[in-house]
Amino acid sequence: MTTLSTHTATPADTPQDAPMVAFRGVTKRYGELTVLDHLDLQVAEGEKVAIIGPSGSGKSTLLRVLMTLETIDDGVIEVDGQPLTHMPDANGSLVPASARYQRGVRGMVGMVFQSFNLFPHMTVRQNVTEAPIRVLGLRKAEARQRAEELLAMVGLEDKLEHYPAQLSGGQQQRVAIARALAMRPKVMLFDEVTSALDPELCGEVLNVIRRLGDAHNLTMLMVTHQMGFAREFADRVCFFNEGQIHEQGTPDELFGNPQRERTQAFLSAVNEAH
Amino acid sequence: MNAFDWAFALEILPRLLDAALTTILIAVSGFGIAVVLGLFLALGRRSRHRWLAWPTGALVEFIRSTPLLIQLYVVFYVLPNYGLSLTALQAGILGIALHYACYTAEVYRAGLDAVPRAQWEAVTALNLAPLAAYRDVILPQALRPILPALGNYLISILKDTPVLSAITVVEIMQRAKNIGSETFRYLEPITMVGLFFLILSLGLAWLVRRLENRLETAR
Repeated sequence: MTTLSTHTATPADTPQDAPMVAFRGVTKRYGELTVLDHLDLQVAEGEKVAIIGPSGSGKSTLLRVLMTLETIDDGVIEVDGQPLTHMPDANGSLVPASARYQRGVRGMVGMVFQSFNLFPHMTVRQNVTEAPIRVLGLRKAEARQRAEELLAMVGLEDKLEHYPAQLSGGQQQRVAIARALAMRPKVMLFDEVTSALDPELCGEVLNVIRRLGDAHNLTMLMVTHQMGFAREFADRVCFFNEGQIHEQGTPDELFGNPQRERTQAFLSAVNEAH
Repeated sequence: MNAFDWAFALEILPRLLDAALTTILIAVSGFGIAVVLGLFLALGRRSRHRWLAWPTGALVEFIRSTPLLIQLYVVFYVLPNYGLSLTALQAGILGIALHYACYTAEVYRAGLDAVPRAQWEAVTALNLAPLAAYRDVILPQALRPILPALGNYLISILKDTPVLSAITVVEIMQRAKNIGSETFRYLEPITMVGLFFLILSLGLAWLVRRLENRLETAR
């Protein structure tokens, strides 16, 4: 699964395998504030990338623009070789993507949110079957079977008919993971998925992600404050600062021997806090 | 001063009840149209497309800012000049429905705005198309908190139906006035009409509250 281990170099060069996710010169501004600053990032198929950094450094924005929850101001994002926010026109040049084209590419990406964002008026089962039925056109029985398998995988097969409000935060987050997986994405985004959870509930969610990493050739990008988990789980860790990847490497490199001052300062501040 | 004449009241009761059916017909069908039309007006106003959002918003504000009576006159007395001839009852129902659609549109707007952004983000992440997103995810959540407000508009419509007498619709109030001018007794018919509205309004309010409770426990 860890096919690419040479990510210490700047990843702007084209790697041998086509990347599953590519950011090329992506810039995102909120008024005066530049949140992503000519960002280049390539993620190989099946690669697990952890994104760490101080708040406001643009790490969540990275996931949000990849999920098309935010627009970008400059640059190109590609998923499995297809531009996400642009599409080729008749002459082969890139024009802003139509809603329909964008939905096609977006279907390859799934996301799990910090605050779960389950549909409160639907049962667990309905939460997981809604999109496969409406978007993928699955028959009800197929969608239910898929939901039952996924909910068994996250250990919630006995909560099918419960409503989100009847579940703990950790359980809700596991439902959210199952819901995203039901769409069979190639890329999964995890945006601080344990930050809203009590410490004793983090473990059950991280265990699910761990199992997911073992069982599937899923490409994963996760923004996290759980340095221990990032170190153990990720193939590569990116330290974000001021809208750019300030430093990146394997977990051992980045946590064991950070090269840049800002990275060292951040990591020692995090260590002190624990 | 005469006392309330029970025999007379009983005598005019059938005529009043007959007209009451018209009143109820106007209120129910007017509300039914207003609730559906209002939703589309709210969605139109929220549209990303300016050419749709702006005219819808202008229409809603225009209708909300002019009296129902004038709108009824336009529908019944002016539109025939432009080839649209409606019976008094049709014009009345259309007028009151259009008027209240603009009020319910604002209620829907508030309900839709109250659905957290995070729900829209989940909808996007799951790639749901706008139709499924609204129907399955957003509207069910938007509707629950605005049900009392919608119910109140049903009661408002009911109480506004006497305005339709101005365009010759014989609803219960018009019938009562007719009885009064025929017999020179107003005490009984007007009192009975007042009671009719009171009982029906209270009954509707009770129904709305029951519906709310049912939705509350349904989750």
